[in-house]
Amino acid sequence: MNTKKNYISFTKEMKKEYTILAPNMLPIHFKLILQVLRNYGYKIDLLETQGEHIVETGLKYVHNDTCYPAILVIGQFIDAIESGKYDPHKIALILFQTGGGCRASNYIFLLRKALEKAGYGYVPVISFSLNNLEDHPGFKLTLPILHRMVYGVMFGDLLLSLVNQCKPYELNHGDTERLAEKYTVELAKEMQENGVSFRKAKQRYKEILDAFAQIPMADEEKVRVGIVGEIYVKYSPLGNNNLEQFLVDEGAEVTIPGFLDFCLYCVYNNLIDYKFYRKRKLAYPVIKWVYQYLLGKQRELIDLIKKDGRFRAPAPFEETAERIQENISVGCKMGEGWLLPAEMLELADSGVKNIICTQPFGCLPNHICGKGMMKPLKDKNPEINIVAIDYDASATRVNQENRIKLMLANARQSTKEKLGSVYGD
Amino acid sequence: MHYSLGIDIGSTTAKTVLFADGNIIFERYERHYSQVREKLIELLQQMKPLVNGRVSAAISGSAGLDIAKEIDVPFVQEVFATGEAVKKLQPDTSCVIELGGEDAKIIFFDKSGVDERMNGSCAGGTGAFIDQMATLLDVSVDELDKLSMNYERIYPIASRCGVFAKTDIQPLLNQGARKEDIARSIYQAVVNQTISGLARGRKIGGKVLFLGGPLYYCKGLRECFKSTLGLSEENAVFPDYGRFTVAIGVASCAEKLDGFDSLDEIIKRIENADAGGLDDRLPPLFDSEEQYEEFVSRHSKATVPRRPIESYSGKAYLGIDCGSTTTKLVLISEDKNILYSYYASNHGDPVSIIKEQLLYLYSLCGDKIQIAGSAVTGYGEDLIKNAFSVDLGIVETIAHYTAAKHFKPEVDFILDIGGQDIKCFKIRNGAIDSIMLNEACSSGCGSFLETFAKSMGYTIEDFAKQGLKGKHPVNLGSRCTVFMNSSVKQSQKEGATVEDISAGLSISVVKNALYKVIRVSSASELGENVVVQGGTFHNDAVLRAFEKELNHFVIRPDIAGLMGAFGAALYSMKLESSSILNEEELKAFTHSARSAVCKGCTNHCSLTINTFADGKRFISGNQCEKGMGMSAPKEQLPNLYAFKRDYLTSLPETTGQRGTVGLPLALGMYELLPLWHGIFTALGFGVKVSKMSTRRTYELGQFSIPSDTACYPAKIMHGHIEELIQSGVDAIFYPCLTYNVDEKVSDNHYNCPVVAYYSELLSGNMDSLQEVKFLYPYLNINNKRELAKELCSYLNRAYGGGFTAVQTRHAVNKGFEAYEKYRQSVREEGEAALDWARKHGKRIMILAGRPYHIDSEICHGIDKLALSMDFVVVSEDSICHLAEPQNVRVLNQWTYHARLYRAARYASEHEDTQLVQLVSFGCGVDAITTDEVREILEKHGKYYTQLKIDEITNLGAVRIRLRSLLGALEEKGVC
Repeated sequence: MNTKKNYISFTKEMKKEYTILAPNMLPIHFKLILQVLRNYGYKIDLLETQGEHIVETGLKYVHNDTCYPAILVIGQFIDAIESGKYDPHKIALILFQTGGGCRASNYIFLLRKALEKAGYGYVPVISFSLNNLEDHPGFKLTLPILHRMVYGVMFGDLLLSLVNQCKPYELNHGDTERLAEKYTVELAKEMQENGVSFRKAKQRYKEILDAFAQIPMADEEKVRVGIVGEIYVKYSPLGNNNLEQFLVDEGAEVTIPGFLDFCLYCVYNNLIDYKFYRKRKLAYPVIKWVYQYLLGKQRELIDLIKKDGRFRAPAPFEETAERIQENISVGCKMGEGWLLPAEMLELADSGVKNIICTQPFGCLPNHICGKGMMKPLKDKNPEINIVAIDYDASATRVNQENRIKLMLANARQSTKEKLGSVYGD
Repeated sequence: MHYSLGIDIGSTTAKTVLFADGNIIFERYERHYSQVREKLIELLQQMKPLVNGRVSAAISGSAGLDIAKEIDVPFVQEVFATGEAVKKLQPDTSCVIELGGEDAKIIFFDKSGVDERMNGSCAGGTGAFIDQMATLLDVSVDELDKLSMNYERIYPIASRCGVFAKTDIQPLLNQGARKEDIARSIYQAVVNQTISGLARGRKIGGKVLFLGGPLYYCKGLRECFKSTLGLSEENAVFPDYGRFTVAIGVASCAEKLDGFDSLDEIIKRIENADAGGLDDRLPPLFDSEEQYEEFVSRHSKATVPRRPIESYSGKAYLGIDCGSTTTKLVLISEDKNILYSYYASNHGDPVSIIKEQLLYLYSLCGDKIQIAGSAVTGYGEDLIKNAFSVDLGIVETIAHYTAAKHFKPEVDFILDIGGQDIKCFKIRNGAIDSIMLNEACSSGCGSFLETFAKSMGYTIEDFAKQGLKGKHPVNLGSRCTVFMNSSVKQSQKEGATVEDISAGLSISVVKNALYKVIRVSSASELGENVVVQGGTFHNDAVLRAFEKELNHFVIRPDIAGLMGAFGAALYSMKLESSSILNEEELKAFTHSARSAVCKGCTNHCSLTINTFADGKRFISGNQCEKGMGMSAPKEQLPNLYAFKRDYLTSLPETTGQRGTVGLPLALGMYELLPLWHGIFTALGFGVKVSKMSTRRTYELGQFSIPSDTACYPAKIMHGHIEELIQSGVDAIFYPCLTYNVDEKVSDNHYNCPVVAYYSELLSGNMDSLQEVKFLYPYLNINNKRELAKELCSYLNRAYGGGFTAVQTRHAVNKGFEAYEKYRQSVREEGEAALDWARKHGKRIMILAGRPYHIDSEICHGIDKLALSMDFVVVSEDSICHLAEPQNVRVLNQWTYHARLYRAARYASEHEDTQLVQLVSFGCGVDAITTDEVREILEKHGKYYTQLKIDEITNLGAVRIRLRSLLGALEEKGVC
């Protein structure tokens, strides 16, 4: 067994003076989640750097055939260390580790190898995982922390969804972003001062819904485009060449399934291990409880949005999971697994027929769950308009945009009567 | 009169169509050489006299995207425009195939609507590919087309992408294959790529419209499409407007738009358009003139002594380097001075060039100089050696190493960038410490620079000079030349200058070598004395880019491009007299080549038979030694690959009352066949296993592959399924196994996502599976009871009952007995092979891959090749039990990988054992394992050799890698 511990632990002493650097994937969510950690005494910095040098640095230290997200995240870390902004001896890095048969489980190890290669082998890397895969005395994800993080994810999802529903229609450019920013800051501050309370959260949800409903918006209909795919390139503007903004500029309304679904999916996979293979027998009741708890939280929010009636609510996770079963088994659980086609179907059923499936070039699970599911889904839902876009360090932007434009042209064609024109703005 | 203008600016050409009240009054198709704005203005000026009134306009094409934005004219996506045009012009069309310079598109029309598709990023560059191949063959595109009409046979050429195809074509050229056959084979590769990559299972039939430049100009390509798709004359339509379809579609879309007062208004907008910024540019190669002068003077000192041939008499030694694109000759004196050298493109016919050169050499030598030894190296080694009776053949890596070491005895690191390959050596204590060679994806960088320079109208020398002046080099990425090519075009459209492109390309080539091949991150890893060589390093821009990227000065010998030939000449100095053809024989020398198919085994390799004047023959293209007309090796060396193949294929075909279950022999089935075979037989099924793959298997299923970047072992699965269905089985079984066999030596025991869930993909994408029962339950094979339970209930659901718990449990036990027996015999056979090797003093090669790599099509006979080099071949799973579990720096969570790491450990602990890793292209997890395996081996002073395999059939590159390993071992004295 490979039991030898070959990593540096993040100790309790480090917690006092080290700054933890975190990669950015979901701008709003991560700001909230990291605030939770700050409240528990961690010094933490979210890396929001952009630019070509990040990829360059990544390519230098990571095997070039590794997936693009690994190249970007590792590149961003090393680039930050080398920026001179931090004392390399006083920082630690944090990376999410989901586990599973995809090579993404190895990112954290690739990061350590890259650090060593770059001469920063002494920088501790914290594995952020629910299974506590590693031993870091100075970094423990306690129940209260996790509980608060869920709070962050909930608000993140709500804000993300509202931004997507408002931004394309806002009359005064920038209204939506400003409001989202305002709430992100406010929520973070509130967390720090008063902690979190799910009782008060409901109140907050309503308040936010009201605030977004106040934004002056044009009464027009736009082509709706959904984004699904590998988790990093799906959300991260750094990973997908600012896809959301591109689509908004092209005159589309974007829908992206929330992050909570992915969290639920990760938890659900552990249940599957028991159901399908009788593994994790002991942990099963706990996992089941967590699953139910998260489902409950999601239901709360969905009910609220529905009752409010002014915005579209996401579909409950269990429905999403149920819907896909005739196309792919929920046993298919590496990478984004069955969740990916399930989200395509969820989008289509909610009226978003135009879908971009994003993945890093050569993504293994997406051969099956992304590109491999396009034909069967289209066979059963001929009106679905899906395009698969590969993201990579060397892929040209024009190539990607041209394919998206083809998808958009077809989308406009099918709603031509409503819109009167097939051309871009 | 209302005018509407359709503009289609593709990657290579600009097309314009002008309508006057719906009738075409002007059309032009011209190459724009990336001067998009200028070309557009020129075309508009030409049509100006025809326009008298308002004109509406729209733009399309990949190069039109940005310009449309800049001049604020509506953009219409080109595939969409094609669809619009076809609906109007040829409404009875059922399918459109359009090839452009960069993109390939297919549009299907049917009752339910339009289905439009474009190629993925990896398969880009159709037209550009044909251009490049023509350059490679040293003919024009027209000539290439004519050649293709007179073909006799078609060689299998990898159709994954241009780079892979080139890797197959280059050796064919050097082996003397007929250009006519190669030309047709190139077309066939384009056709296969288009059909498999774009149609993805959807049948192309009915009336098919062929559009776009390449299909308009290349008659041979048309034929090739027609015959491959089996289309009748009336159903294959090549319309006159083929080149203009997009422009017509755009113009008709524009008809409905508001227009401009005059054409001048559009022209003015183009003139005033912002030519794109300089974001994302790289720093220049030189900061100052002084820096440049220092660079020039420093490198002018690295010279090899020369001596005028007229002033010499005595013995001389000849080295020939027959490379992928160039031929080099060097004649040296006994004191190792260069007497004569030659370096030029081989124009796809190295034999004639060498004959000419030898004759010239003899005239220079006269009676004063005797050639006392000769050696040949490079891709054309075998051909040239046989043609001219050259004394010795030497693998190119060793030739380059020999030359570099002579030039700079204290060398620590050698980097050689040739036309096709990048080779690197680390030298420690005067011996080769490690060898790194590029894989297919990063090949062809050197020749790409040259081809590209030519296409811009420059010689490579002038092109390089331009690069030195680049102020803002463009960033072109480093994945492969297909991606670089499309990045270059993109940057040209943004207004990048030749200087900046040349510099940018040099930087890309260097980055490719540094970060993809050497995997280096700092200069210190390479050592103090770095020698760079190979023809590509004659390019000062590349040299400078390398020094800059590494931040370290390096040494480039003035004969950088001749180092292979120089090394070969040095190597031949051990000889006393030479057998090389003399002047008389040379004058009588003739050479002809014809193609044939080897009937030696089921592989049916495509052979090229070269016949020389004296009746001597040289046969190439075969994967094993049989076709060469040689007898099989006298003694049969143990080969675990053959053992495993025999074992698995000799499992009996059974019959049973429950009908026949087909087991596809691909992916994970290669590991677990005995288990499933045993279980189904015991359950009372008849079991039929698909045959081991051939190229034909792949072709049988290639049309239903949804993801062209998946690995070959996965793609070939489709053929196995088709084969089983055609053979009339009632059901097909390939289970979903998240977890593989737990051998209790790793952190976890997953399968990779592709092996684990490929059935989900098959089920969704292979319509023919409707004809049978497709069984793909999710199973846990590490718990017999659970397995039996789950299988029982699954089968009961699938067959409507009839299976009892007792039966299935019994069957599962039977299955595991068979599986254990198989694994046990593999282990025993592995041990026996090791013993045999040691008793007979033979070298041992662990050919380490995955279980499915033993498939004769997937490994292309590499095991046999290793045997022919006198290696005993064992597989990773036959000997890994002999080593302790290996600690690795990554998550050791895949069963097959754990075996791989242990096998590497075994090799690292035994001096007589070498490990060669087989890696399938597109295997994401091997991006992780390769670095680890290399580390395990190199820590113990062993060489790491990686063979990247795909559908590429030519073993030239593999042979060089294995021979390099041998050469390095011999050099080091471990043998």
